Amino acid sequence: MSNSHTSVRRLMQGNEACAQGALYAGCRFFGGYPITPSTEIAESMARTLPRYGGRFIQMEDEIGSIAAIIGASCAGVKAMTATSGPGYSLMQENIGYAFMAEVPCVIINVQRGGPSTGLPTKIAQADTMQARWGTHGDYEAIAVAPASVRECFEQTVKAFNFSERFRTPVTVLSDEVLGHMREMVSLPADGELEVMDRVKPDVPPEWYHHFEITPNLVTPMAGFGEGYRFNITGLTHDQEGFPTANPLEIKAKMEKLKFKITRFADELLQLESEMMDDANVCVFAYGTAARASRQAVYMAREKRIKAGLIRPVTIWPFPDERIRQLLEEAHVRKVLVVELNMGQLVGEVERVAPRSCKVERLNRYDGEVLNPVEIFKRIMEVKA
Amino acid sequence: MTGAVQASDVTHQYLRVKKRFPNVWCAGCGIGIVMGSIIRAVDKMGYKKDEVVLVSGIGCSSRLPVYCDFNTLHTTHGRALAFATGVKMAKPALKVIVVTGDGDGLAIGGNHFIHACRRNIDITTILINNRIYGMTGGQFSPTTPERAFATTAPYGNLEKAFDPALLAKAAGASYVARGTVYHVQQLDTLIIGGLQKRGFSLVEAFSNCHTYYGRLNKEGDAVAMLKWMKDHALPVKAAAALPPEKQVGKLLTGVLHDIDMPEYCDEYQKLIDSLQPKQEK
Repeated sequence: MSNSHTSVRRLMQGNEACAQGALYAGCRFFGGYPITPSTEIAESMARTLPRYGGRFIQMEDEIGSIAAIIGASCAGVKAMTATSGPGYSLMQENIGYAFMAEVPCVIINVQRGGPSTGLPTKIAQADTMQARWGTHGDYEAIAVAPASVRECFEQTVKAFNFSERFRTPVTVLSDEVLGHMREMVSLPADGELEVMDRVKPDVPPEWYHHFEITPNLVTPMAGFGEGYRFNITGLTHDQEGFPTANPLEIKAKMEKLKFKITRFADELLQLESEMMDDANVCVFAYGTAARASRQAVYMAREKRIKAGLIRPVTIWPFPDERIRQLLEEAHVRKVLVVELNMGQLVGEVERVAPRSCKVERLNRYDGEVLNPVEIFKRIMEVKA
Repeated sequence: MTGAVQASDVTHQYLRVKKRFPNVWCAGCGIGIVMGSIIRAVDKMGYKKDEVVLVSGIGCSSRLPVYCDFNTLHTTHGRALAFATGVKMAKPALKVIVVTGDGDGLAIGGNHFIHACRRNIDITTILINNRIYGMTGGQFSPTTPERAFATTAPYGNLEKAFDPALLAKAAGASYVARGTVYHVQQLDTLIIGGLQKRGFSLVEAFSNCHTYYGRLNKEGDAVAMLKWMKDHALPVKAAAALPPEKQVGKLLTGVLHDIDMPEYCDEYQKLIDSLQPKQEK
């Protein structure tokens, strides 16, 4: 079957859009385990991947799923898994492995309420910090938060691009509402969205080091069976991939993992702002919570309240500079952070907001979405 | 003697001699012997170094791949088979070999182990069974015999042991064999048998951990433990002629199970082929 995507308009669910986005990005391996509310992604991949010559496997658990996609990626194939809270927790050790071993892969987390089994069929945005700090050790995480069905598609493509570009795992933070919501979308045609592939080595095998500290810190990546033989390990390693206890080599590796992302964070920046030019109260929201927030901002504007919206799409790395700049330029006095959790990204906003700007919160954590009226009322409270 | 020198010459060609030695293992450890067997088996099969992927988890036995000049993937504790499954499915032409231990493969990795067997995916698994956690200092494992001592079983182990071979057979593996690090030539042959099998194969390599198991259970040094293997190994063919009571306390060796079944990646390829649009001529 051909890989061609022609632009079509159709009614589609967020989860299916993630699966379609993955195929568009060139994903040809999916390893997963059923879990509500993400399962439609696995079902869609099971149906579609073999038609594209790709492979789907239902593993015995989420630990095996993430392990299998890392293995497939080491063999040179773009790979993805999809899960929700409990599965995302189970995957954390091997996500850390992908950070350490610098293996590109994409994890879609269709968030539900937690902790523990929590609310399998209800929404939360409570894995925001887990996407940043879920596995042990020091590392720089990348996570994107789509807010519509079309964005589920686009951000899955982006997640693959970021992952291949930086040789690192990337999380797509979807949620139960987004995953199950249906919207009419026009899917991009072939070539409409950029698709990035990992850089392959162009040196002979004897010169190749799988973890070489290159000028941009991202080492070209050979796959297994391509004539470059190397060692991959989760142990802290030298540039050849062999375990090391040498403090200089350890430090160099740790800095490579961090700086390969922080120095190029501009490439990862995705942020929308609306009506911020003259805003003195700003709503800060991401993912599903941003949809009602936008509506609430419009309602406030109708009441002649100078409200604006900041919506980060890439939430990790957190866009410190851009947000500080937006808040400063408009002399925003109040920023209202709207989240479907008990307050996670609000800490980051507090960290970057100028002193003249007070950070307020609106949180819902009962498995329901916030509606525009609730957010509007809170805007009216805090603006005073 | 000449034979031994030639054998070491073969292994030498496949080791990362300049980079990785000396190794981490205790003097007298059996894992190095298994490494030699794996290398000789690969050499006998005529595989290119580039097409071999050696995958391991965590533990003494899982340190084996780093010394070998193949594609080597040292993963997380217990997960080698799950990583290997992804490698094999992504590129079925690769020869995927997993090296694991009794703790890595059967405790933390027990679930992946039975499911890899069940899928009958073409991975050759070498399980080095020394009946204890060596790297962490002598804790009991799923193959530590009942009443044996370990640092976490100071009054004797209350748990019953797994028989890795029986477990693999019951879970659906195509090929199951057991050898020991004393019977090296047999071990070479058993691994070759595993590599030749299209499907999941398990070769259990019974090994010695004199540092912990031997010391805590008064089984002596490496030589004494090897001698025990020599005295207690019972080839399956010989066992067939013996009544069950004469087999008690013996270690059954040889090919324990060998059948032909459809292999997972082959079946998946058939699925892919069946879903492609018909070519018009």
